[in-house]
Amino acid sequence: MSKNFFLYLIMLILIAIVGFFQSWNVALMILNMCIISAIMSLGVNIQYGYAGLFNLGIMGFVALGGLATVIISAPPVYDAWVAGGPRVISALIFGALTILFAIYIWNFTKNSRYRPLFMTILLVIGFFIYRFIFDPAVEAIESINPAAEGYLGGFGLPIILSWPVGGLLAAIAAWLIGKIALGLRSDYLAIATIGVSEIIIFTIKNEDWLARGVKNVIGLPRPVPYEIDLQQNSNFIYFSQTLGIDVVDASTLFVKICYTFLFLAVLFILYWLCEKALNSPWGRMMRAIRDNEVAAESMGKDVKSRHLQVFILGSAVCGIAGAMLVTLDGQLTPTNYHPLRFTFIIWVMVILGGAGNNMGAILGGFIIWFFWVEVEYIGLFLMDFLTSGFSDDSAFRSHMLNSAAYMRYLTLGLILVLVLRFNPKGLIPEK
Amino acid sequence: MDLLNALVALLNYVIIPATTYGSQLAFGALGVTIIYGTLRFSNYAGGETMAWGAMFTILFTWFFQSIGLTIQPLPTALLALPFSIIVTVILMLAIDQGVYKYYRVKRSDPSIVIIVSLGVAMMMNAITRIIIGPKDRNFFDGERFLIKAREFKNVTGLSEGISLKFSQVITVSSSLFFVIILFWFLYKTKTGKSMRAYSDNEDLALLSGINPEKVVALAWIIATTLLVVGGTLYGLDKGFKPFVYYMLLLPSFSAAILGGLGNPLGAIVGGYIIAFSEVIITYAFKKVLIYLLPENLEPTSLVQLISTDYKFVVSYSILLLVLIFRPTGIFRGKSV
Repeated sequence: MSKNFFLYLIMLILIAIVGFFQSWNVALMILNMCIISAIMSLGVNIQYGYAGLFNLGIMGFVALGGLATVIISAPPVYDAWVAGGPRVISALIFGALTILFAIYIWNFTKNSRYRPLFMTILLVIGFFIYRFIFDPAVEAIESINPAAEGYLGGFGLPIILSWPVGGLLAAIAAWLIGKIALGLRSDYLAIATIGVSEIIIFTIKNEDWLARGVKNVIGLPRPVPYEIDLQQNSNFIYFSQTLGIDVVDASTLFVKICYTFLFLAVLFILYWLCEKALNSPWGRMMRAIRDNEVAAESMGKDVKSRHLQVFILGSAVCGIAGAMLVTLDGQLTPTNYHPLRFTFIIWVMVILGGAGNNMGAILGGFIIWFFWVEVEYIGLFLMDFLTSGFSDDSAFRSHMLNSAAYMRYLTLGLILVLVLRFNPKGLIPEK
Repeated sequence: MDLLNALVALLNYVIIPATTYGSQLAFGALGVTIIYGTLRFSNYAGGETMAWGAMFTILFTWFFQSIGLTIQPLPTALLALPFSIIVTVILMLAIDQGVYKYYRVKRSDPSIVIIVSLGVAMMMNAITRIIIGPKDRNFFDGERFLIKAREFKNVTGLSEGISLKFSQVITVSSSLFFVIILFWFLYKTKTGKSMRAYSDNEDLALLSGINPEKVVALAWIIATTLLVVGGTLYGLDKGFKPFVYYMLLLPSFSAAILGGLGNPLGAIVGGYIIAFSEVIITYAFKKVLIYLLPENLEPTSLVQLISTDYKFVVSYSILLLVLIFRPTGIFRGKSV
């Protein structure tokens, strides 16, 4: 315990150093992102640490969480709903029904040699009818004020609500993937999750009627006050004057601290739930399955459905984190979702922190995000130092200085390889 | 005449691009599948190996161009390719000794090795960008077209043209060349047979005195060679972008799984199936149908199943379908 406390203390001191030497705004920004990263890493830890499931599609679940914020909190676009809302919905329902019907036919014609023929006819006709309803509806929606809207909008509900909804969306996606890939060997789950996460990203990027695609949805509502309102609030002005801070600085800090508290609350709730689950009979069963599937199965444990359960739970946590991330940014930017940034790095967090230990996963999230932000400065400094022998206009020197940004990936990859080689249990090993 | 026009359009917009792309995917899938067959883990650094190969080819090409060594009308890259293969193979062997060997000796769980390969992929990706920068590079310097669309139209009198790029011819012919050599090696030579034996049954192979380290080194050499050639050909055909090879790795994986992981023939077939489905499903058939159908039936829409934005989604969907219906792939690969 003392060692864990010490590690967390170092982490807080590092953030405090940023606060003193760079600025408190930067420090709080890093802290907020650290908490979100820790939640993502917690989600992956549930899957990998508890059950040994290998999820390489974290990005997709995070993006679904982001999509949930738009669906829940963006103001509805009534004209678009009138123009094509019901038609889009009915097209989607029709598509789902076609697939369900196809599954039914598939099972029904088990011994028939006409099965491929039936399936092809059904799916082709279904697809063309779907497109026949879907395409004009989408065109109608996207032609409504395309510069600012051109999408269905959301429900206009409080954005906090989108956090559980984001988890729910991710859980549904996880259920689908789990049905397909669990029970096959572990590499297949990895590649299937990558595939689905890329499909999710492509869909969000291209289905403009849903969330404006690459045109981004900006100006999402906030769960916390706006700086500009605070600066005009007489109570807040008085408050900042008594503290002796400039009103503008005080307002930006106050907003970030609000976020910090909200995020911390979510982190604590999730951590508490995770610990409860891990130390319950359910958690012991999960670890037993992870360590010896055959033995657990012979004891009558249903390995496949337990795996499905834990996969859904972990993905839901990633979805919640994704919704929180978009809430913090205030906009959904689908082009930001890149596997290096949202999948690989989360893995580094889990492995470095210690797979199977929730405290470890959280610490890993904090450390790696901190370095993710600060390595750029360190890298720049390092490159500057290493190439200081060259003149300022030397092509080599400017090339190396420009490359400093990529030091991040190099360092993180190196950390991953080194940890797995020399300290595979991570900083805070499983108890 | 209309029929001929339709065929030419189909050839130009579907068959030629899909064959080229299929060959490129086949190289990637072979690289992945050979490593999987012998080392038994999915190598996520495969895409970055392609990027390295293409990068070294570009560097050597620049060097040769700077000393005025070219082989017109062929691109200088072909001259640089063998050197690039040698450099990349040496580096990959070093990475194997420095990183992967430890887990092989310890017989670690494959999922650990996959995570290690993620780390290696991140580092290799960063190194690519640090060395050559994030910009797009076009290093094709030979004659561009073998057949130009306009000339084709003038000669044949058809209203549709065929444009055949040199890079496409090089891609397809070199894939033929390498595949023949690969299969000759795997099925006719003693070393190749020992490699297949090791891949089929590791314990039996060890019992019969096959040196595992030699087989593993061979697998790295073959896989890296194929990946470097594939990466270079893709770069020649579509221009070098440092991040595009990760996007190429995933369809390659789909192709390898579709054909049956660990099965070289499956990887090639899988590559072409994926490429043809991607191109056919995203191609707008309006042009072809206008030639074929009588005037009153001519389509008004594009007759495109799915918009081209979803090109990559096609390969992932095929992957999911394979996992649902036939997880071992067409040619019954490994299902450990």
